[in-house]
Amino acid sequence: MASIELNGKSYEVDEEGYLANLNDWDEDIAKEMARLDGAELTDAHWEVINFLREYYDEYQIAPAVRVLTKAIGKKLGKDKGNSKYLYELFPYGPAKQACKYAGLPKPTGCV
Amino acid sequence: MADFEVPTIKEDIIVPHINPGVMEGEGPFVARPEHQEALGFPGELVDNWQEAAVAKMGEMLKKYRSLKVFMDSCVKCGACTDKCHYFIGTADPKNMPVGRQDLFRKVYRRYFTIGGKLFPKLVGAEDFTEEVLNDWYNYFHQCSECRRCSVYCPYGIDTAEITMAAREIMASIGKGMKYSNEIIGKVFKIGNNLGLPEPALADTLEGLEEEVEDDTGVAVKYPLDQKGAEILLVTPSADFFAEPHVDGLIGYGKVFHEAGVSWTLSSKASEAANFGLFIGSYENMRRVALRIREAAIDLGVKRLIFGECGHAWRVAYSFLNTLAGPFDFLDQRYPVPQHILEFTLGELKKGTLNIDKSQNDDMTLTFHDSCNVARASRIGPTPGSQFETPRAVIKAVCNNFVDMRPDTIKEGTFCCGGGGGLLTDDLMEVRVKGALPRMTALKEVVEEEGVTHMAAICAICKSQFSKVLPYYGFGMDQIVSVHQLVSNALILKGSEQESEQAEAGA
Repeated sequence: MASIELNGKSYEVDEEGYLANLNDWDEDIAKEMARLDGAELTDAHWEVINFLREYYDEYQIAPAVRVLTKAIGKKLGKDKGNSKYLYELFPYGPAKQACKYAGLPKPTGCV
Repeated sequence: MADFEVPTIKEDIIVPHINPGVMEGEGPFVARPEHQEALGFPGELVDNWQEAAVAKMGEMLKKYRSLKVFMDSCVKCGACTDKCHYFIGTADPKNMPVGRQDLFRKVYRRYFTIGGKLFPKLVGAEDFTEEVLNDWYNYFHQCSECRRCSVYCPYGIDTAEITMAAREIMASIGKGMKYSNEIIGKVFKIGNNLGLPEPALADTLEGLEEEVEDDTGVAVKYPLDQKGAEILLVTPSADFFAEPHVDGLIGYGKVFHEAGVSWTLSSKASEAANFGLFIGSYENMRRVALRIREAAIDLGVKRLIFGECGHAWRVAYSFLNTLAGPFDFLDQRYPVPQHILEFTLGELKKGTLNIDKSQNDDMTLTFHDSCNVARASRIGPTPGSQFETPRAVIKAVCNNFVDMRPDTIKEGTFCCGGGGGLLTDDLMEVRVKGALPRMTALKEVVEEEGVTHMAAICAICKSQFSKVLPYYGFGMDQIVSVHQLVSNALILKGSEQESEQAEAGA
């Protein structure tokens, strides 16, 4: 399996660059994954990433899109509680790209 | 945006000059041992894989007479050559249906025909070498099992069944596909393709109830595991998770609410999809289907209704009774199973739904027939109802509807490009190129008829289009669920919208 080397630590990742072990996650690897995609994580990105991690912690799955938009809307204001805002932050799709940076497995199925 | 060349949409759907080998490659990610073993397949390629593959092929030729007939009956007439969306989009001759079939046929001839055993070169027979296996793995994952080619074949050869057989043989020797096999494992373990556990599902549905109540002032319920409900709704888990799917789910709930029937979702059968079909594995397809039977019995329901999912409806309509029947414990006065669109059309005809079509006036719609619905089922009692029912529902809730050109709809519909287990990021090039004919037909009605949105009744189609539309210059939100349109137009009894309607009318 492939891995990302960072600060003397090795992070195992799957074929698509998602962390193999959830517990390996830290903020540095999130920033590094974003950097490899040519993105920079702002406070707005971190709001989403942190919510994903909290939700996963409780439910062992990433939140559905409406659960996520609702939570972000509550936190950051109604104008941001929609998928348009999330796609601006994560152009490859909030479910997939944000999950990757948050260290979560990629959502599978017809999505 | 892409690390491959995105085709340009031309004036017409053009048959390309062949470009041999242009889509050669390693195919999608191979299933890991744990994904294989959960489905009863060997974890990795077995040592005697060639011998095992030929033995499996022999077994399948006996079990499926159709496979043997398909192998023997092709006369190389060429009618199928320009009918596959993957050939049109890629120009690779191995994506011509006959080219794809011949990958299988040459091995069949070598081991199962006298001519092929004695004079292989004369009859196009070949040993099942590693090179052939790799070609199989690559090109049998560039077929979405949509069966368009079979409509035009004078002998009715069904390439989908050949693809399914090839995938079954490959999985049985240890070379299955990661995307489909990992997902089937999740269905067994958790209940759905997503791996959405019951507490997350309950939380998601609760959120939807709040959303609908905020929008309308009416407490529409989205019940889960409610024993004694009349109807069990089985729907793709993408309906819980993604857009525009979730807007369709909201629509189903509103229709049930207005119809005054009790219904429930099931956490055990929280998935309509059955990827056992895609990998050609009867055993896995049966195991997936049996969950639905068990859920229906556990919950004591009287009716079984399927949500918007293409291949799930094929499995439900064509095979459910033999896979998981008999369903004699359900109320036989209703179709077993029934499609949600047939239910909604019935309510529209009865007049139980208060519809304000003008709510959809910001859109001009067209409809994408999903391959598995179009070519393998009906949605209602009569031939062709699978085409008429969705259009009747759309026209009942929208003022503006136009069809795409006739050779790209109904039984001649083009696959979205992501069906049959190909809806995975590692096959993005195949998916984007395979969408070319549908995108061409869509562009025509966008430019000539002012179409703004395309409606679909399949979770895969919806996800595929939201992903590939932008490659062709469209917006990802130009794909909608049919029940999303119903939801927009449906004025609930006692809702804020009903009061506004009354005031406007007064």
